Amino acid sequence: MSDEIKTDKTMDLKGLPCPQPVIKVSKGIKEIQVGQVLEAVTTDPGSLADFPAWARTSGHEILKTDQGGGLITFWIKRMK
Amino acid sequence: MSEVLATRVEEMRRGTTTVDDLARQLADLKRQVENIKPGAEERVSIIVFSGDLDKVLAAFVIATGAVAMGMEAVMFFTFWGTPVLRDAKKSAGGKDLMGKMFGFMLPKGRNALKLSKMNMGGMGTSMMKSLMKKKNVASLDQMLEMAGELGVKIYICEMSMSLMGFKQGEFIDYPDLKYVGVATFLEQAKNSKVQLFI
Repeated sequence: MSDEIKTDKTMDLKGLPCPQPVIKVSKGIKEIQVGQVLEAVTTDPGSLADFPAWARTSGHEILKTDQGGGLITFWIKRMK
Repeated sequence: MSEVLATRVEEMRRGTTTVDDLARQLADLKRQVENIKPGAEERVSIIVFSGDLDKVLAAFVIATGAVAMGMEAVMFFTFWGTPVLRDAKKSAGGKDLMGKMFGFMLPKGRNALKLSKMNMGGMGTSMMKSLMKKKNVASLDQMLEMAGELGVKIYICEMSMSLMGFKQGEFIDYPDLKYVGVATFLEQAKNSKVQLFI
């Protein structure tokens, strides 16, 4: 299959609506090193647009997005 | 400005301008350019004029969202927004009749706010609050806590305070809470990329 992305920290944000997912990842990303990857799972449909916007504005990179079964998973690389 | 430049060039040609002069000119021009650039800073400045639950909630969502995105956020509570920051557990003495009346008629803090529409005698507000709880939407208590953690700056309008007879001692404890006038708000608002009136 496709190669798995190595995750350094996971965040379970299921059940949290806006603005909490973005607020929590902005805190969570500070807990990993630059270059490491944060995996965040959310059920908030607004996240689909919000996470890329957040990543663009705060300068981090979304490596991969996965959707399925009502869950959206983001793999975010800390860039700075 | 082009005349200034022409003069400078003339002076240079005649060898009467020193490097120091040029450095000073450069610094001055830099400062002028900075002042022409409107709304340059990554900051959201919000005037919270309303005291309605829905509007105050929206203000907090925007402020906390902004900080999550790496921006700064400033909230200026004025007029009907002033009572929002009262601490329900505190009270202040030494008020005159008007002050006492305002204190009684205005909501005593964030948990006494009503919806701006469909309040329906309080029913609409209760329904909204239980719906929010059910869907895990952050309450104003949680919003305020997040705001404090994230470093959202909160200013309270001195003028509204004195108009409504409120005293500093009856407001909540919040990191770096300031009591200010409009000039303080405007000084940072004029350079903020986003300015909102809620």
